[in-house]
Amino acid sequence: MPKYDLKINGQTRPVETAAETPLLWVLRDQLDLVGTKFGCGVSQCGACTVHLNGAAVRSCITRVSAATTAAITTIEGLSPDGSHPLQRMWIKHDVPQCGYCQAGQIMTAAALLARNNHPSDAEIDDALAANLCRCGTYLRIRRAVQEAAALMRGEKVSETGVAATAGLAAVTCGHSYEEVGA
Amino acid sequence: MNTPTLPSLDRRSFLRVSVLAGGGLLLGLNLRSSVYGEKNADPVTPFVPNAYIRITPDGKVTLVAKNPECGQGVKTSLPMILAEELGVNISSVSIEQAPLDEKAFGPQFAGGSRSTPDNFEPLRRAGAAARMMLIAAAAQTWNVPIAECEVAAGVVTHAESKRTLSFGELASKAALIPVPDEKALVFKNPKQYQLLGTRVGGVDNPAIVTGKPLFGIDQKVAGMLHAVYERCPVTGGKVKSANLDRIKTLPGVRDAFVIEGGEDATGLVSGVAIVAESTWAAFSARKQLQVSWDEGETSAHSSAAYDAKAEELGKKGGKEMRKDGDIEAAFTAAKKVIEAAYSYPYISHATLEPQNCLASVKDGAVEIWAPTQTPGSGQGLVAKTLGIPKEKVVIHVTRIGGGFGRRLMNDWMAEAAAISQRVGAPVKLTWTREDDLRHDLYRAAGWHFFKGAVDAAGRISAWKDHFVTVGWKETPQPSSGAGLSPDELPARFVPNFLLEQSQIATVVPTGPLRAPGSNALSFVMQSFIDELAHAAGRDPLELRLELLGDDRKLPAARGPAYETARMKGVLTRVAKMAGWGRKLEKGRGQGIAFHFSHSGYVAEVVEASVAKDGTIKVHDVWCCADVGPIINRSGAEAQVEGSIIDGLSSSLAQEVTFERGRVVQSNFNDYPLLRLPDAPRVTVEFIESANPPTGLGEPALPPLPPALCNAIFAACGKRVRTLPLTKTDLRWT
Repeated sequence: MPKYDLKINGQTRPVETAAETPLLWVLRDQLDLVGTKFGCGVSQCGACTVHLNGAAVRSCITRVSAATTAAITTIEGLSPDGSHPLQRMWIKHDVPQCGYCQAGQIMTAAALLARNNHPSDAEIDDALAANLCRCGTYLRIRRAVQEAAALMRGEKVSETGVAATAGLAAVTCGHSYEEVGA
Repeated sequence: MNTPTLPSLDRRSFLRVSVLAGGGLLLGLNLRSSVYGEKNADPVTPFVPNAYIRITPDGKVTLVAKNPECGQGVKTSLPMILAEELGVNISSVSIEQAPLDEKAFGPQFAGGSRSTPDNFEPLRRAGAAARMMLIAAAAQTWNVPIAECEVAAGVVTHAESKRTLSFGELASKAALIPVPDEKALVFKNPKQYQLLGTRVGGVDNPAIVTGKPLFGIDQKVAGMLHAVYERCPVTGGKVKSANLDRIKTLPGVRDAFVIEGGEDATGLVSGVAIVAESTWAAFSARKQLQVSWDEGETSAHSSAAYDAKAEELGKKGGKEMRKDGDIEAAFTAAKKVIEAAYSYPYISHATLEPQNCLASVKDGAVEIWAPTQTPGSGQGLVAKTLGIPKEKVVIHVTRIGGGFGRRLMNDWMAEAAAISQRVGAPVKLTWTREDDLRHDLYRAAGWHFFKGAVDAAGRISAWKDHFVTVGWKETPQPSSGAGLSPDELPARFVPNFLLEQSQIATVVPTGPLRAPGSNALSFVMQSFIDELAHAAGRDPLELRLELLGDDRKLPAARGPAYETARMKGVLTRVAKMAGWGRKLEKGRGQGIAFHFSHSGYVAEVVEASVAKDGTIKVHDVWCCADVGPIINRSGAEAQVEGSIIDGLSSSLAQEVTFERGRVVQSNFNDYPLLRLPDAPRVTVEFIESANPPTGLGEPALPPLPPALCNAIFAACGKRVRTLPLTKTDLRWT
């Protein structure tokens, strides 16, 4: 099987896999980067969104062989410590319900804000139109993206929304994944 | 089909305490205490390793979240109840997800909007008892009266002497204090609550936004293989043969085999398993799989055939389920009589995380990691499937990527366990989206043939509903979630009332979906009430308030008690919020609806436009709910917002249809979810009545479809009697 050196979250990650394997499954099964989610397998839901050279792409339909030269960023590598403005505003607005789609939502929004930190409401709607949320968190996603954009423009945005809980709850099942990413 | 059974209650509540190794206070209780009338069944176990509250001498406070988290927010809200009574800052505690252990934690399930009502009192007691023991320990230390000590933010203070001791400093001593008698517990005055009713962010949010492995599908153990499972496209069908030899030669495939299964879609069904070294290898091999099925007789099983059968049955009489007054006399005396036929389709849960499960069978025991709403039922099913005792089945409860009732059933758990048993290795089973949409336990379709009357005073004087529902093959009872309570409103509110029922034999498995029954019944009942309002020339709000009548409590019978004042309260409030009665331009309208489910009183107003080409735009939704006091305001608002989006999503375009017994739709391209640009503004208010708090995962969904359809009628004069809306021509001139 072909070998590839993937550039993921600032690191070089060697993998050996069939050329047509979707990037999604290389990330999830081989590299333990499971923040990128499987939702539909046919580019309909956006749960698998990652960045290739800063552009949001659907990893479920991106062959690994097409991603060998690009800088790949996953949710694990969006920021070193969860401090990207989108991550902060997601917490402020208590966006997630089940949480399954949220990595894809954030990655799509991050690609938007990286090229346009002053998006109109319509531009936010357009950018996120193809990221499905089954729980219906859209209203909070809109607010969080608007305020993250303001943060990125250097505007002062209050970070007190909801009260925070004690921080990271123990990973449910106690399986330790190797810390990877930036 | 079997209705999933929720865990039974077999232990009474008691408080117990034990000293942790290394010192510290550990306090636990069994839920469903004597307030629920449970009798003492089992002897008390003095030392239990699990508990809700753990305080170690280093000051670390850990609260245990007992029920599965599927996005309804209980991993945050249940520990908030403990934290409030205990007297700690929520920001300084750790919250842990409990594994399945119903002896230690009481019933652990996420369903029926039960987590809040079932756990509020027991968790309050656990928190209060722990606080009292910590205070007693401090009072003893200082040799002062207990009454002079106060608790705030994890510290006991004796104001007069200005002495303080932290919970950590008191932990070891508190563990030796006798557990207070339940009757002696002193609770915080709700007026002094500092945490309950505020907005607290989801405990897993930091992990979610950084992509940590929280969900079932993210789990992994050493030596794990990956599996897919091909089921018969027609439920109940059996494998005759499959090209297993070819499949076994494909890259990465470790094994492929047929599994015998039963007909019950809530358990292990017949199919072909492919086990491979990676998910993609399994998915790829499956594309080469050829299976010959014994599907049984399927020619009569299509959505078109079911519709035709319903129409045929609708013309005849059905089995009488309820009869009040003299309906024929009321029709004769009526000022106006109208008839209308309503229907709604099968719909799918479509959780965004497809069904999946990691199972590891080893030496006659099995360990399961699963996103399940009912770990206890799953444990029983796995034990039965593998033929091992329940005690040999360990269930780890993971975060759930959407439940909506789909994961009350654990069919996929049985599959993972059976596959792992066969290959003798840990196996993660992953369903594709197509598997998920085509092998659901669907929200049941239904048909209602109405005849209603208004009298000279404009009141609803007669209501007849011939309900045509679905059953599994020739089973006499309706399928799971396909029943209709003879008490369902407007029964008991209309003097002359007749409910008849008929049933169609189907091969479609059904199950509970968010607000089961209510999610469809509200659409038909609240829409036909609207039709009668218009027939009477009455304002739809005013007629509804009149229908509810005087303030009174209809006693609990086949459902909980119904307090008319609470429903009128939310109706009146939501109308005010929406500016009900405002003059709107043609093509734009408001619709109103209310529904009582899961002990929650909810009313909603939708404002929508219908363009001349029939395009719908939903501008605003207002919701007022009375579920008693609010625990976590952010979570509560989120449940309402989500329910509204969910109701729009299903009303606009979702349906699962059948041809020759198999599902036609395959993925989100033909089973669409609402998208962000179509999300309306949503305004939520709560009437926080002084009733016990009840759940909010479900009751805000049912009023949405009828409020939307009533708004469409107000906008363009087109009455929607069939969902989804794509089936109605809404063009107007």
